[in-house]
Amino acid sequence: MQRTIYVPRDTTTLSLDGEQVATNISINAARSNQAVTLIRNGSRGMFWLEPLVEVATDQGRVAFGPVTPEDVESLFAADFSNPSFAQQNAQQHPLYLGKTEEIPYLKKQQRLSFARAGIIDPVNIDDYIAHAGFKGLAKAMQLNAQGIVDEISASGLRGRGGAAFPTGIKWQTVLNCPPQQKYIVCNADEGDSGTFADRLLMEADPLMLVEGMIIAGLAVGANQGYIYLRSEYPQAQLILNEAIANAYSRNFLGENICGSECSFNLEVRLGAGAYICGEETSLLESLEGKRGLVRSKPPLPAIKGLFGQPTVVNNVLSLAAVAHILADGAALYANYGMGRSKGTLPFQIAGNVNRGGLVELAFGTTLRDLLDDFAQGTASNRPMHSIQVGGPLGAYLTPQQWDTPLEYESFAAIGAVLGHGGIVVFDDTVDLAEQASFSMEFCAEESCGKCTPCRIGSVRGTEVIEKIRNGENVADNLVLLDDLCETMIDMSLCAMGGMTPFPVQSAIKAYQAQLNTNHQSEPHLSVDQHSTERA
Amino acid sequence: MLEYFEPSKDLGTPAILSEIMISIDIDGVSISVPEGTSVMRAAALHDINIPKLCATDSLEPFGSCRLCAVQIDGRRGYPASCTTPVAEGMQVTTQTEKLAKLRRNVMELYISDHPLDCLTCPANGDCELQDMAGAVGLREVRYGFSGENHLQAEQDHSNPYFSFDPSKCIVCSRCVRACEEVQGTFALTIDGRGFDSKVVAGQDQDFIDSDCVSCGACVQACPTSTLMEKNVIDQGQPEHSIVTTCAYCGVGCSFEAQMKGDQVIRMVPYKGGEANQGHSCVKGRFAFGYATHGDRIKEPMIRDSIDQPWRVVSWQQAFDFAAAKIHKIQAEYGRESVGGITSSRCTNEETFLVQKLIRTAFGNNNTDTCARVCHSPTGFGLKTTLGESAGTQTFESIRKADSIMVIGANPTDAHPVFGSLMRRRLREGASLVVIDPRNIDLLKTPHLKEAIHLQLRPGTNVALINAVAHVIITENLQDNAFIAERCATEAFSDWQAFISEERHSPESSESITGVDPILVRKAAKSYATAANGAIFYGLGVTEHSQGSTMVMGIANLALATGNLGREGVGVNPLRGQNNVQGSCDMGSFPHELPGYQHVGSKAVRDKFEAAWNVKIDHEPGLRIPNMFDAAISGKFKGMYVQGEDIAQSDPNTHHVEKALKSLDCLIVQDIFLNETAKFAHVLLPGSTFLEKDGTFTNAERRINRVRKVMPPLAGLADWEVTLGLAKALGYEMNYSHPSEIMDEIAMLTPTFSGVSYDKLEKLGSIQWPCNDQSPEGTPTMHVVDFPIGKGNFAITEFIATQERSSKRLPLLLTTGRILSQYNVGAQTRRTENMAWHAEDVLEIHPHDAQERGVADGDWLGITSRAGNTVLRAKVSSRMQPGVVYTTFHHPGSGANVITTDNSDWATNCPEYKVTAVQVEKVSQPSIWQKEFQKFDKKQKKFLPTESAIESL
Repeated sequence: MQRTIYVPRDTTTLSLDGEQVATNISINAARSNQAVTLIRNGSRGMFWLEPLVEVATDQGRVAFGPVTPEDVESLFAADFSNPSFAQQNAQQHPLYLGKTEEIPYLKKQQRLSFARAGIIDPVNIDDYIAHAGFKGLAKAMQLNAQGIVDEISASGLRGRGGAAFPTGIKWQTVLNCPPQQKYIVCNADEGDSGTFADRLLMEADPLMLVEGMIIAGLAVGANQGYIYLRSEYPQAQLILNEAIANAYSRNFLGENICGSECSFNLEVRLGAGAYICGEETSLLESLEGKRGLVRSKPPLPAIKGLFGQPTVVNNVLSLAAVAHILADGAALYANYGMGRSKGTLPFQIAGNVNRGGLVELAFGTTLRDLLDDFAQGTASNRPMHSIQVGGPLGAYLTPQQWDTPLEYESFAAIGAVLGHGGIVVFDDTVDLAEQASFSMEFCAEESCGKCTPCRIGSVRGTEVIEKIRNGENVADNLVLLDDLCETMIDMSLCAMGGMTPFPVQSAIKAYQAQLNTNHQSEPHLSVDQHSTERA
Repeated sequence: MLEYFEPSKDLGTPAILSEIMISIDIDGVSISVPEGTSVMRAAALHDINIPKLCATDSLEPFGSCRLCAVQIDGRRGYPASCTTPVAEGMQVTTQTEKLAKLRRNVMELYISDHPLDCLTCPANGDCELQDMAGAVGLREVRYGFSGENHLQAEQDHSNPYFSFDPSKCIVCSRCVRACEEVQGTFALTIDGRGFDSKVVAGQDQDFIDSDCVSCGACVQACPTSTLMEKNVIDQGQPEHSIVTTCAYCGVGCSFEAQMKGDQVIRMVPYKGGEANQGHSCVKGRFAFGYATHGDRIKEPMIRDSIDQPWRVVSWQQAFDFAAAKIHKIQAEYGRESVGGITSSRCTNEETFLVQKLIRTAFGNNNTDTCARVCHSPTGFGLKTTLGESAGTQTFESIRKADSIMVIGANPTDAHPVFGSLMRRRLREGASLVVIDPRNIDLLKTPHLKEAIHLQLRPGTNVALINAVAHVIITENLQDNAFIAERCATEAFSDWQAFISEERHSPESSESITGVDPILVRKAAKSYATAANGAIFYGLGVTEHSQGSTMVMGIANLALATGNLGREGVGVNPLRGQNNVQGSCDMGSFPHELPGYQHVGSKAVRDKFEAAWNVKIDHEPGLRIPNMFDAAISGKFKGMYVQGEDIAQSDPNTHHVEKALKSLDCLIVQDIFLNETAKFAHVLLPGSTFLEKDGTFTNAERRINRVRKVMPPLAGLADWEVTLGLAKALGYEMNYSHPSEIMDEIAMLTPTFSGVSYDKLEKLGSIQWPCNDQSPEGTPTMHVVDFPIGKGNFAITEFIATQERSSKRLPLLLTTGRILSQYNVGAQTRRTENMAWHAEDVLEIHPHDAQERGVADGDWLGITSRAGNTVLRAKVSSRMQPGVVYTTFHHPGSGANVITTDNSDWATNCPEYKVTAVQVEKVSQPSIWQKEFQKFDKKQKKFLPTESAIESL
């Protein structure tokens, strides 16, 4: 068995000097005259272990991490790349993590979309096929368009971008439009703070996304796809483009795919740094070369989307799941999850935690269990206090809410959202009023400026919270903030302005609770007290 | 405000055309509207007025202000009524406590970033923001006014007509959308995002330096005083308004003259106007200041010789002086020794009167009009082939065209409002074929889908149109059913044989036209295979020695492809001046009485003789060029010229000046001392369109009312002046109002028999023919048959002009127009439009420029066989090498000193579009220009000074 070493080439690994690790491995291999195959895989999603270097052995892959460039020499000294598990001297090496699959963080997950992540060479077609790649496409080609849409509908898949709209219904709408130029657009403008699942997938298993998009094209009668990628993801762009080029060269893309009647072309388009372009209608405007401005709906993008044509706009994770659903059947997928939230969601644990990373699990676990099982406490070693779930437009959840099952309806019931599955943890030093203000500022910074509640409201919101924090007419300003939040929720054109009040109001509520708790020990800090004093 | 026709209520979103009606319930009222209509419009149609700011019915719904939120049973949230289309059975509530609160809160946000200067704001009394604050009951702004704001945003006063004050801006994007959707220029945009979003012109430039064409659509769309007419800023809101018709180009836009007493505060495009539907251009919208310019002639004047100063006299003295002179000439030189020219700028009624005066008081047919030098070939060509001297469509018809062919026309400059409509259709996907030696702006239409430019050599139109027809016939793209049913069989088979000859193929014609045959074939297919193909043409077709042949060639194309007789198709001449169509219709030609009734027909003459109580000559009279020739040869001695500046506009200036100097009596009626008036003996003050009642007929045969908004500066309207002159000449005409003149026109003209002022008041406008068969007029012509029965294919042999480039004169000069100036410029040169085009320049291709060592701004001597003049150079690749281009908006440019006396074989329309010239760098003006300046100075000195007038 030959010596094979894996060093990820994803953004996280690269930011942790992973490239130098790979270089040092090559140098050391040459120096020790070892014939080593170095494979640049994607990340497994355990960021605290990156750069995670793996070695193929006769008993599966073993892992070392986090590996610094300086560690490489000692690994070679320990002959870490020896493919015989029994003869692995490096098992005594301090960075030795054992068999990768046995690492509890991975083992406890239910990986469907990320099944191949970190295992294969992301741009290698043969590797992809060897790991059940293009199985979904093969299945799709045996079905007619309606058959594919039915399969997706039966799986219960809902949009993973955050809105959780049933993918099958969206596809059906596009399919029902009379034959004409139709488009598949992948929303890869992953702008939510604390989220990285899209990037991880595109850097670890881009062909799964490509396959999902081809299937979507077959399903609705579209022969052109665009991946709208945020410009802050240059590595994902590089890997996606390599994967797409390889897929073209093997005729998985282009005209008459794999000798069939079907054609599908795909290209990556870069965004220009606007968060709002993650909103689907702004994304379409941007893709058309215009300013990223939210469109009014109706018309729905499914009916009049890109360049006025029927368009499927789906998130990266939704389209990736499609490949799996077709490959292994809707029933298997629908077996995961609870209630109307079927399948799995890749949760992204971030913020003040010891072990940040990607955890793919079926819907239904509670937030508390998820963090207990994976996060291993805060990095600051202080108690967790608030958790923002669902990106910058998600609510701040306090401990009494942590037992809510992680699924769409249960979260909606407590005025929260799951969104794209981003989870950001704060410890008890958090200033929630500052977080509330930050949410308004974020909206002010990222608003497209089209509708008034968002454009002016977010700026006024920041100012009002500032007044509250400064103790100016607190009671009146709290009423005003409530009115403003009501106006933004009910009157904003899109979720940007419409959901900003979620984090604001939840943070303010928690802030008041914090004050009231303090009030029992230090009465002078009471909100009521303040307003009475100033009145 | 006085309102004619329906008041222009803003229904929020545009009308939707649909056969399917949808019934909904709004606030308990059952409403039925066409499918696709917005909830907002449906409500407004029934006087349920939902608050709104970003919505206006000239623009597609945008949904940004959120004020128009409503509640709909069974739907989540508070959808915007502007962007929500009606659905069957929908139950809508527009007023609830919750909605009131939300709207108030949104308004509170607006006002938290708005100056509180309502009482001193120019929009006070005409501000939608103010109205809406009132409508939603805003009583306080709890945010205070110390927050982040735009109150210090920098103002831009660079445009001569309007100001931009971004501190008042609510970022509703109405201006940006108007610039895109209505005007199609895309000069405005929103820069920045979120709270930093701001309206900018061009690349964040001053308006004047941007792509802005100053059409006024943004000013019109602005709901606040952010974009505001300087006139309103200076003078306050108008107090009444009168709907009238613009006196510039042949589009014939309807405007509201918004007045303070007898002073025009602003001209606002009238939404009910069918030609322009609420849009305007820089000329009609803003350039009306000439009407009160100090140069206006306000007193009648006479003199015995053009070397004498003018003497101010009373109207009666002027009439008597003129009449005596005319009588003396006729006594000495005969009845035929005098004649007159009607004006394409005056009203139908005035034009009718002038030709009537000539036919009665002068007693001859020596009447002609400025259409002689522009669209006379249209009259001849279309009458020969289709049977009527008129465009076949409405402007609106272009909304259904799939292939648009534009030949020798530059609509975005010369017919801007229609140019915008055309651009709208092109953005919607219609394909474009342009046949023009110049790369016109239409080819640069933003979001243009498919465009083919056949950039032919000047003077080769007929060869090219024959090549296009050749492709249609030889590739079997013709509409056989239409030809069989609607066209004369023999004429078609003759033409088919003619056009199929190989010598007409694009490949054979290439050596003549210089156009790639592949492009010609593509263009032919684009036009012939489109569901609806429409042709629009201008003076680039008519002003050639083969102008009439080309018009017939165009009609042949439409006949062969069946592109006639329905919406979306047709042959459409774009008329240059406001009333070219009307002046032709009104019998201005020496061979035709009103309604194109030939003087040779006894029945026709009998009718007019009975009505006018005179004998009418059965022989046609003199055309303009004949009059000039006859004057030079001493046989023609007296002329009455109303509202036309032949000395500047007619070709071969040397010849024209010589003719004018040969006259014993030149009576000029004009608002200014124009170039022709400098040769006159009697100067009768004219009245502008603002000073009289009447009608203009636009390029779509639409008769529009002109309404008096102020008294004539010199006391008499033009029609009254003609009455006075006729009476002094011994022929009395009795009309107390132009409506009576129209009644006479209707009585004598079959195509106008159903027209009256009463009907015009009722219908707004009427497209002739309007008679018993079509009592409300005829939007589309030739639907069932042609006035001549069958469509007539004409043989269109290409006979090249004698005007060719040679070793001595190697370049071809062609002439055209620019947006900001109008025709001879008499009006626009006396407005702030000078900011855009202060002088005529010679556009020359970089290649030709380099060969001559010419750079931008150099003085260039331009020599033709007729004369020479000097203009500044503008190096531009709009031209092809070998072709140079200029405009003739400034008299001192002498553009017509170099144009020749070549003319159309059938109608004598001058060949303005082809003159062989040489161009070289020079250091001083031409001899003619020097003489012109001297003469101009002398003639202006002859005008009485203000004090002299007062002493009278």
